[in-house]
Amino acid sequence: MNVAAVFFYLFSAIMLASAFMVIAAKNPVHSVLFLILAFVNASGLFLLMGAEFLAMILVVVYVGAVAVLFLFVVMMLDVDFAELKQGFLQYLPLGSVIGIVVAIELLLVMVGFTQSDAALGAGASPIQANVSNTEALGLVLYTKYVYLFQASGLVLLTAMIGAIVLTLRHKPDVKRQVIADQNARTRADAIEIKKAPSRAGV
Amino acid sequence: MTDGWLISLLIMLGKSLLVLVAVLIYVAYILYADRKIWAAVQLRRGPNVVGPWGLLQSFADMLKFVLKEPVIPAGANKGVFLLAPFIMAMLALSAWAVIPVADGWAVADLNVGVLFIFAISSLGVYGVIMGGWASNSKYPFLSALRSAAQMVSYEVSIGFVIITVLLCAGSLNLNDIVLAQDSKFGVFGWYWLPLFPMFIIFFISALAETNRPPFDLVEAESELVAGFMVEYSSVPYMLFMLGEYVAIVTMCALTTILFLGGWLSPIPFAPFTWVPGIIWFILKATAVFFMFAMVKAFVPRYRYDQLMRLGWKVFLPISLFMVIAVAGVLQFAMAQGWR
Amino acid sequence: MTPISFALAHSLPEVVLAVGALALLMLGVFRARDGRDWIISECAIAVLGLAFLLLFVGAGPKVVVFDGAFIDDAYGRYMKGLALIGSIVTLLLSLDYMRREKIDLFEFPVLVILATLGMLMLISAQTLISLYLGLELMSLALYVIAAFHRDNVRASEAGLKYFALGALSSGMLLYGASLLYGFAGTVSLQGIAAAINGKANIGVIFGLVFMLAGLSFKMSVVPFHMWTPDVYEGAPTPVTAFFASAAKMAAVAITMRLVVTAFPGVTDQWRQILIFVSILSMALGAFAAIGQTNIKRLMAYSSIGHMGFALVGLAAGTEQGVQGVLVYLSIYLTMTLGTFAAILSMRVGDVYVEKISDLAGLSRTNGTMALFLSAMMLSLAGIPPLAGFFAKWYVFNAAIQAHLYPLAVIGVLMSVVACFYYLRIVKVIYFDEPAPGFERASPAVTAVLIVASLLVVFFSFWPGPLDVAAAAAAKSLF
Repeated sequence: MNVAAVFFYLFSAIMLASAFMVIAAKNPVHSVLFLILAFVNASGLFLLMGAEFLAMILVVVYVGAVAVLFLFVVMMLDVDFAELKQGFLQYLPLGSVIGIVVAIELLLVMVGFTQSDAALGAGASPIQANVSNTEALGLVLYTKYVYLFQASGLVLLTAMIGAIVLTLRHKPDVKRQVIADQNARTRADAIEIKKAPSRAGV
Repeated sequence: MTDGWLISLLIMLGKSLLVLVAVLIYVAYILYADRKIWAAVQLRRGPNVVGPWGLLQSFADMLKFVLKEPVIPAGANKGVFLLAPFIMAMLALSAWAVIPVADGWAVADLNVGVLFIFAISSLGVYGVIMGGWASNSKYPFLSALRSAAQMVSYEVSIGFVIITVLLCAGSLNLNDIVLAQDSKFGVFGWYWLPLFPMFIIFFISALAETNRPPFDLVEAESELVAGFMVEYSSVPYMLFMLGEYVAIVTMCALTTILFLGGWLSPIPFAPFTWVPGIIWFILKATAVFFMFAMVKAFVPRYRYDQLMRLGWKVFLPISLFMVIAVAGVLQFAMAQGWR
Repeated sequence: MTPISFALAHSLPEVVLAVGALALLMLGVFRARDGRDWIISECAIAVLGLAFLLLFVGAGPKVVVFDGAFIDDAYGRYMKGLALIGSIVTLLLSLDYMRREKIDLFEFPVLVILATLGMLMLISAQTLISLYLGLELMSLALYVIAAFHRDNVRASEAGLKYFALGALSSGMLLYGASLLYGFAGTVSLQGIAAAINGKANIGVIFGLVFMLAGLSFKMSVVPFHMWTPDVYEGAPTPVTAFFASAAKMAAVAITMRLVVTAFPGVTDQWRQILIFVSILSMALGAFAAIGQTNIKRLMAYSSIGHMGFALVGLAAGTEQGVQGVLVYLSIYLTMTLGTFAAILSMRVGDVYVEKISDLAGLSRTNGTMALFLSAMMLSLAGIPPLAGFFAKWYVFNAAIQAHLYPLAVIGVLMSVVACFYYLRIVKVIYFDEPAPGFERASPAVTAVLIVASLLVVFFSFWPGPLDVAAAAAAKSLF
C-alpha cells in the first residue's frame, strides 16, 4: 500500500463519518461544522486525483465563503429543535419503510450497474503532462464551454437579483449616511458666521 | 522503494520543523516590535524589563500563559471552545508550508500556492466564529458575527487583487510569481509600481483580513471588551494570539511575494545580489510589518458600517475594474508582441 | 470548432434576451425611481417580442453549436415561440395588476425575461449540463416571482413551497443525470442514445426514472403535482398565468426532447412511465377539481389534467404523437392565457377576487366577458367545435395509431368527467343570482381575452397553418 492509498482511505473515511454526523448531530451548529470537515476532506480527495485547482477552489468557495454564511445563519436561528423533532416518531415507520425500499433499490442499481464501452474508454483521462491543471481549465473555459460558463453566470445573477428583491427593504424613516454629500459640503454651507456684540447676547 | 518515501517523509518533517521554529521565533520578535513601535509612537518605553531592552518579553509572556489555569465557562460548548484556538493557530501556521523565503526554499512547492494561502486565510474565520459561538456569551457572539461578515467581505477584494497579480505573472506558483518580477530595473520592476492601486488595496484588505487596527472591530475593546476572546485564558488564549500574529506575518510575507519581489535584491547588480535571498525577504517582510504597526499606532478604529462600505462599495468596484484593465493591457501587449 | 459568430447567429433569441435582461436591469437600477417599474415592463415586452421575431430569422436544418451543448432546430423554434408568447402575454397581463397591488418593481419584468431565457435554453438543450443550467435558470427566477408579493403571507408560502420542492426535484434530476453520465461517459443526449444502443441497463432505467421524476415536478404531473394548487393560489395571478403557460411549455418540450433524443432505444421503458403519470394526472385533474371554490386552484387542477392529456401524445412515442402534443400545447397555451385574462378581469372595487361564486350571474352584469369566458371553459372541457376538442382529438388519435387503446379510452372518459366542473362554471355564470359586477379591465387584459377567445372559437375553420408547423417541428425532432 502506498502513501496515496493511505491518504485516500483516511480522507474517505473521515469524509463519510463526518457526512453521517451532519445528519446525526443533535446541535445544528455541529452539523454545519461536520459539513465543513466533509468539504475539507473532499478537497483532499481532489488533491489525490491531481485536481489541485478544484481542491483549492472547493476550500475557498465552499468552506471559506458559503459555509461561513451558512454557519452564520444557523447560529442566528432560534429554532426549537425539540419541537421540530416531535413528529419524528409519528412518521418513523412510514419513513423507514420508504428509506429501506429506496436503499434496496439503490443496492440493486449498484450491483447491476455496468458502464457502456464508450464510458470505459473515456475513463482514461486525457490530461497532458506538461499542462498544469489551472492552465488546462483556462484553455477550455472560454472556448469549449463558453455557453455553459455564461449560463452559470446568468443563474448566479438571477439568484442575486432574487435575494435582493425579496429581502431589501427601503424603509422611509431611516437616516442614511451619504458620504458623497458629506464630502461635497463646504465651509460656506456648513457654518454661518455671526457677529455677536459683546455684552449684548445673541 | 519503501525506504525512499520514508526518507523523503523524514526530510519533509525536518523541513517543516525548521520552518515552524523559525516562524515562531520571528513571531515572538514581531510581537515585541509591535509593542515597541506602538510605545514609541505614544512616547512610552514599551517592554524593557525582561532581558536586555526587554528582548525576552515574548518568551516570558508565553511561559506565563502556559503556567496559568485554563478556565472554561460553565455554559460553553466545551469541544468547540477548545477546538477553536487550535484551529486558528494550526491554520495560520500551515500557510507557511508553501511560502518560499528564498529561491526554491519552501516546504512544498505547490503549483497552486497562491490559492492555497488564499484558502487557508479564508479558513481563519472559523477560529473566530467557533470561539465566539462556543463561549456562550453575548460579546463573543457579536464579535463572531462581525468577524464573519468582515473577513468574508474583504476576502473578495483580496481575491481580485491576487488575480491581477496572477495575470501579470502567469502562474499560481509563488516561486514563479517572484521570479516573474525579476528584471533589470530592480525595485522598480516589482509589481508594487505597475499595480500600485492594487498594492494599496491589498495592504488595507490584509489589515481587515487579519483583524488588525483600524479594522479590529472583532476585538473592539471599547464595545465588546475583547470580542471573541473574552472567555479565553491561558494556553487557548495564547494560541489565539499566536494564530493572529502568525496570520499577520503570513500576510506580510504574501505582500512581499506578490508586490515586493520576494527574495530579490532591490538593486540588481553585484554586491547586493550576493546577499542571500532570505535576508532580503526578512527585511522586506519586516518593513511591511512596520507599516502594519504604524497603522495600528495612529489610525483610529473604523465604524462598522463604514468598514463594510469600504469593502463592498469602494474596493470591490476598483479591484474589478483593475482586473479588467490589467487583463486588457496584457491582451493588448500580447497582440502587439511586447510579451 | 465552429466560430463563435456562427454559434451566436443560431442562438440570436437567447442572446437578445440575455443582453436585454442585463440592459433593463441596469436601466432599472439607475433610472427607476424608488424601484418602481417605470417603463421597464414595456421595454421587456419589446425585448421578448424581438426575440420572438428572431425565431423566424435563419430557420433551416438542425444545427448543433457551442460544442454540442445547444441545438437549433424547427422543434426548438416552435416551442420557443410558444414560451415567448406565454411570457409576452404574462407581462401584458401583469401591467395593471402589479401596479394596483403595489408590487410593480422593475425586477419583475427582468426576472420574467431571465426565466424565459432559461426556458429557451432548456428547450434547446442538447447535453445534460445545458439542460440542467437552463432548468435552474428558469426555476430560480420562477421561485422568486412566485414570492414576489413578499408582504403577502400566501405568496411567501407559495414561493417557499415551490422552492423547497423545486430544489428536491432538481436533486432528483441531477441524481438521474449522474447515473446516466456514469453509464454513458458522456453528457450529450445523442451520445447517451448511442451508448444505450437499445439495451436497457438497470442504471440507465434508474437514471431515466429520476430524470423524468425531476421533470415531472416542473410539468406538475401526478405524483409530483402536490405543490401546484397552493402555488397557483398563492402567487400573484399574472405569475400563475406564467407558470401555467410558458413554464409548462418549456418543461414538456425538454421532456419530449430528452426521451426522443436520448432514449430512442428504450421506448418501452419510458412509455410505461409516461402512461402511468398521464393516466394519474388526467384522473386527478378531473376529480380533484370538482370540489374547488377558488378559480386559481381550479386552474391548477385543470392544468394538471391537461398535462396528462398532452403526455398521452408523447406516450405514443411517434412523430405523429409529438405533433399531437405540439398542437395540444399551442391550443392549451391559448386557452390558459385567455382564462387568466378573464381571471384578471375579476376586480371588485380595488380588490381582485378569485372565487368561483364571484362569477355568479356574470351574463347579466357583463355579457361580453361572460360569453368569452364561457367559450374558454367549453374549450378547456373539449367541446366541439372549439379548439380544445381538436387538441384532444390530435393526441388521442396518435395514441390509437400507436395501439394504446386503453390509454385513449381512459383519456376520453376522464375528459368527460372534467367537463363537469368546466360546465359548472358556465352554469354559475349564466344561471346564478348576480354577484357584484366587476370593474372595467385594462385594455391589455381585455385584448388578450378577446384574441384568445377568437382563436379558440375560429380555430376549427383554419387549422392548416398550425398543423403544418407542428408537423414540421415534430419531424425535425426525430
